[in-house]
Amino acid sequence: MSHSVVFFLVFIAITLAITFWASKRSRGATAYFAAGRSISGWQNGIAISGDFMSAASFLGIVGLISLFGMDGFLFAVGGLIAFMAILLVVAEPLRNAGKFTVADVLAYRHQPRPVRTMAAVSTLVIVTFYMIAQMVGAGSLIALLLKGINISYPMAVAGVGILMIVYVVFGGMLATTWVQIIKAVLLVASTVVLTFLVVKYFHFSFAAFGSAVTQVTSHPKGQTVVRDFFVPGWRYKLPYGPWDQISLMLALLLGTSGLPHILVRFYTVPDAKTARHSVVWAMAVIGCFYIMVSILGFGAAAILGPDYILKNGGTNMSAPLLARSIGGEVFFAFISAVAFATILAVVAGLTISASTCFAHDFWTNVIHKGVERKHGETVLVARISAFVVGAVSILIAILLGPTANVAVLATLAMAVGASANLPVIVLSLFWRRFNTAGALTGLAVGLLGSIGMVLVSPTVMGIDPPGVASAARHLVQHKALFPLENPALVSIPLGFLAAFVGTLLSKVTSSEEKYNELLVRSNTGLGAERAATKTA
Amino acid sequence: MTPVAAQAQATRGTTIDVRFQAHHSVWDGIAATPQFRRLTSAKKAFIIPVFIFYVAFTLALPVLDGYAPHFMSAKVFGAMSRAYIFALSQILVTWAIAWLYIKVAGKFDRLAKDIVVQAEETQGGK
Repeated sequence: MSHSVVFFLVFIAITLAITFWASKRSRGATAYFAAGRSISGWQNGIAISGDFMSAASFLGIVGLISLFGMDGFLFAVGGLIAFMAILLVVAEPLRNAGKFTVADVLAYRHQPRPVRTMAAVSTLVIVTFYMIAQMVGAGSLIALLLKGINISYPMAVAGVGILMIVYVVFGGMLATTWVQIIKAVLLVASTVVLTFLVVKYFHFSFAAFGSAVTQVTSHPKGQTVVRDFFVPGWRYKLPYGPWDQISLMLALLLGTSGLPHILVRFYTVPDAKTARHSVVWAMAVIGCFYIMVSILGFGAAAILGPDYILKNGGTNMSAPLLARSIGGEVFFAFISAVAFATILAVVAGLTISASTCFAHDFWTNVIHKGVERKHGETVLVARISAFVVGAVSILIAILLGPTANVAVLATLAMAVGASANLPVIVLSLFWRRFNTAGALTGLAVGLLGSIGMVLVSPTVMGIDPPGVASAARHLVQHKALFPLENPALVSIPLGFLAAFVGTLLSKVTSSEEKYNELLVRSNTGLGAERAATKTA
Repeated sequence: MTPVAAQAQATRGTTIDVRFQAHHSVWDGIAATPQFRRLTSAKKAFIIPVFIFYVAFTLALPVLDGYAPHFMSAKVFGAMSRAYIFALSQILVTWAIAWLYIKVAGKFDRLAKDIVVQAEETQGGK
């Protein structure tokens, strides 16, 4: 078991060296927040993949496929299709018209202070939810993976938290980018090896693999059940199941384009064309990754079987268990270390987007009306807020404890991105009549509406039979008031509707004056932020 | 850092932030040019139909999985069901559209560049 510690220490050593190298180059706001806009297309594409492929999407989706087959694979497809809206609608206008944050574009035409404040709130809510879900996941994962060694949950959480603070505070966006790139390469490489081992296990026979997957045997509640895992419907059942699945696909399809930690990555490249190419790179990497993930998930179901997985740690452990069973202890250790790296890269991305949002949107633009009183103040504030964000998340994750049911937080983050940020981004770019009141009501209703719907959904509410473990228990023991786990199907139209109604109720037309300016900027890149001339 | 270097740093820090600024009549003027209209309508002609097709195509997977389970369970390629093949095809279609967009966007870039060059020349001449 000490192997995984060695692998992990090597990863820490390399990333700290990068942080040291980056810290010398992270002077000035553009260098610190946007890596000097000097990241190339393929680098940014891989970094986006590293930012997006969280532990949830690797361990979680392999686990879901290994227990539910086809229905689990939908999460993987959903992860990839999310990038189409980013490619066609969001990435280029954002890069052309913005500077450091999503709010740059959201507030462009409107009265900047109220809209930025509201946008900053929604960004910070999304990032906080995501972050806490990741930290709690990291803590319990480390406890599971390192059973032999005495690493307690609080120690694991604090370790991950301190590393992510060091990357972001000292290395800024440049260090974060390279941590994400290294993690993505490690993750994809180990997935390739593991996929190869699965295919080899079935003696490179497609027919053998296929027939094993069609006869997955498990024993729920003492009965023997044989299932065909290529067949849909093992997780989502009527009457609401299909609707939940549609809602989930919609949340992924549109919600990822509202996630601040993904969107800030487009400010790190020199221009909109490179931003576009980086999305396509990310699509290539993530698509290949998820095809392999489906083989791993089906392989885990066929080789290990759902019974074994549920007995040895549940969904999140499918991939590591598969690695141990067909790759041996050393490979298991390697995969475990890659899982830590994965979490670290994602939380570092979340931390920098939160601190950028607080420093650039809230501190400089809202409180000080866009004027930097002292040179370098914004970066200083960002470093301090990265430290605070990190410290607070460590604390909350430790207080919640390893058994907290955090799946709800990830659902929430995605729903808020889709329902609050996305409608306002789209309407700001494409609707001339859109105004400040509409932006504010859209953000507020999207944010509160999606949170409210999740709070009364089956994710939070439900009546558990006695004897359900505390981690799996519903927070509110009452029949759910809203039938879908994922609110997107209702909350996205609600966000658009609120933005629309808010606009019509207000007679202020000052936002229309800057519509052409934003239109020209976002479509042509005229006056777009340039790459820093002096970068290493 | 020496005072000289610090000053150079400071200068660099401020010059980076300079953007093309103009009165809103200038932006209105650019937006009204035929070149700009050609750019936006070319973009719309590609993006809107493609995106609508894509949303319908991707949402068809959960809809069919949920409401036509027998159809989706049919084996079409060895042991593989129609659902799995359809899901994999979504990945391929995603890549195909991305490739197509990269091709088409090259044209958008050329149109946009002409507009930018012209605007910067006009602005510089003032």
